Amino acid sequence: MARVVAAMSGGVDSSVAAALMARDAAASGDEVIGVWMRLHPDGGEGFEQSRSCCSPDAHDDARRVAGLVGIPFFALNLEASFGERVIDAFADGYLAGATPNPCQACNQYIKFDELLRRGLAAYGADQVATGHYARVEERDGRYRLLRAADRNKDQTYFLWVLDQAQLARTRFPLGELTKPEVRRIAAELELPTADKPESQEICFVPAGDYRELLAERRGYRGEPGPIVDAGGARVGTHTGYAHYTVGQRHGLGVALGEAVFVREVRPESNTLVIGRREEIDARRFTVEGRRFVAGEAPAERFRAAVRIRHRGTEVPCEVTLIGEDRLLVETDEPVWAPAPGQAAVFYDGEECLGGGRIARAA
Amino acid sequence: MSIYLDHAATTPLREEVLEAMRPYLTEHFGNPSSVHAEGRRARQGLDEARESIAAILGAKPREIVFTGGGSEADNLALKGVAWAASARGRHIITSSVEHKAVLNTCAILERSGFDVTYLPVDRYGRVDPAQLEEAFTEHTTLVSIMYANNEVGTVQPIAEIGAICRQRGVLFHTDAVQAGGFLPLDVDGLGVSLLSLAAHKVYGPKGVGLLFVRQGTGLLPQIQGGAQERQRRAGTENVAGIVGFARAVELAQGDPAIRSAENARLAGLRDQLLAGAAGIPGVEPTGHPTERLPHNASWLIDGVEGGDVVAALDLDGVAASTGSACTSGSIEPSHVLLAMGYDPERAHGALRLTAGRGTTSEDIARAGEVLRSAVGRIRPVAPAAPVEVASA
Repeated sequence: MARVVAAMSGGVDSSVAAALMARDAAASGDEVIGVWMRLHPDGGEGFEQSRSCCSPDAHDDARRVAGLVGIPFFALNLEASFGERVIDAFADGYLAGATPNPCQACNQYIKFDELLRRGLAAYGADQVATGHYARVEERDGRYRLLRAADRNKDQTYFLWVLDQAQLARTRFPLGELTKPEVRRIAAELELPTADKPESQEICFVPAGDYRELLAERRGYRGEPGPIVDAGGARVGTHTGYAHYTVGQRHGLGVALGEAVFVREVRPESNTLVIGRREEIDARRFTVEGRRFVAGEAPAERFRAAVRIRHRGTEVPCEVTLIGEDRLLVETDEPVWAPAPGQAAVFYDGEECLGGGRIARAA
Repeated sequence: MSIYLDHAATTPLREEVLEAMRPYLTEHFGNPSSVHAEGRRARQGLDEARESIAAILGAKPREIVFTGGGSEADNLALKGVAWAASARGRHIITSSVEHKAVLNTCAILERSGFDVTYLPVDRYGRVDPAQLEEAFTEHTTLVSIMYANNEVGTVQPIAEIGAICRQRGVLFHTDAVQAGGFLPLDVDGLGVSLLSLAAHKVYGPKGVGLLFVRQGTGLLPQIQGGAQERQRRAGTENVAGIVGFARAVELAQGDPAIRSAENARLAGLRDQLLAGAAGIPGVEPTGHPTERLPHNASWLIDGVEGGDVVAALDLDGVAASTGSACTSGSIEPSHVLLAMGYDPERAHGALRLTAGRGTTSEDIARAGEVLRSAVGRIRPVAPAAPVEVASA
């Protein structure tokens, strides 16, 4: 018998997750408490129309669902830590020439950390349930993070940061379901969120343009700087290095007769290095800030499959630990544009082993 | 069975009130403006309600304008007087701890070219009448100061303010919504030209309020339509609600001895609450130590988010409030506490418990235990504490 916080964003996934928890509560004896997290201040005009998870509309939808499924409902203010650990970290990532991973940071510091801690204190809740598509399995006292039954929706790429203590307190009610099944359940339960569109954008960048945020949070407006090719020859001008990410093709304003992509972002000289498609491919890259779900790596050197972006394909690889914090990834086939700051996540079949941040090329 | 300690937010409907309303929800359904017998029956209920409430306020029945609640009454008072007197002047004086129904109405008036002075308050939330004296200009047409504060329960020196305004020849409005169940409402004694009340704070129904408007006070109606309420508030009257409102005010205020006895009982419960919480470290009572509503206990609790405490109390069967009616976890600290000089960080830890007719000493003891346990649990992980950095 547990008391479970169901994190409710007001979207269809977390609505159904909460509804399933509430439905099963009768049999399991669990108590379920719906919680909506206020993560950032209400934006200005147009904010409510966006599909962002923190508009007051989202709060109202979550509250309505909680009422329908018969669970208590509270709003929890997590603005301070979200601002620092997710939004500021996002801006700082770009300023460091990296591609930040805000959903992962939110899981690591907010949903599976502060929510768990404050949920325990305020609500006496010892577990958290979310609408993530992933599975947790306990075997011999070890918690394993497994991919979702719905391969298209699998979100382990954002969850590899969870450790044993966190997984022990985590429930993913949607792990065995497909998205169409989730929508069907929402419709059957007549949840008002059943037909809500998928949110793709980053919740605190409603218009999908993060440049304004860099200006607001960090005063970065961007200085024009050179775009150079691999040989160092200047081929164009950009609006400020932090406005670009590795692998980006659009917005470069460079016509070289074939498609070119951002290969490297150099903050110290405000320079973008571009390359042709084959120049962006890599077979070796290093990863820092490594973590493993089990608490330790399978071995000093092991084989796995690596994914370097959400919904990216997995590529077989050889992983070698380096020192305390880093590891080297050597892939069997080239992978497209490993972007510093993005996660490299390792899998062994169904199981997510862990991962780390792709480091800048040495 | 949960312990309801949020009577400042709203009160349960009294059985006697429901009984008084019932005929007007069923057989006496007529429109008071209709000529026929059904209409006359409804009109009679409305007239009796108006006379009854007027008598308690020491007012004439024609000086009572029924509205759709306290906020509407505040809006009518401020906009109605400001615009009606706008040829004489466009300056209003209010306080920085008013309810949003007054403050946001003032903000709208400022956008329409009115000047508004927001009087500061002391650490207890009280306005200084001497500062009011200094705030008057030749253009001042209205002073609006609440009778008692909804968040911290502090009672303002209304009669003193009323006397000053009368001497100046300036209209004086008071928002008496929170005070309505506890404090004298005699409009002459208070020296007010306008006074707002709400039924649901005194065990009446929601959606009914009134504005007392002293005869001869210029008032520009804010809802246009039919001639109801002597053309000061159009719209078919909420007859059942108004009848219930009158009954609720009679029960609360009709017999001063009963009122005093209940106030004394509530003050005892409040002091029991305050004494119980005094043993919890880092808990500071807010509001005036003596000039306060008898049922209101409010605090700042260091190192916690008030909303977390309210949630914890709810799950343990105690209905409480942070004091301001925010339900979506807004980080905005209370304007009342800021005006009282508390810093924004501390103001997040606001908690208010307000006792009522059904509250017993056992309830208070239980609430005190629950509060102590909740604060003890929440404080070590409150957001103010440094966030633990997960290592790689």
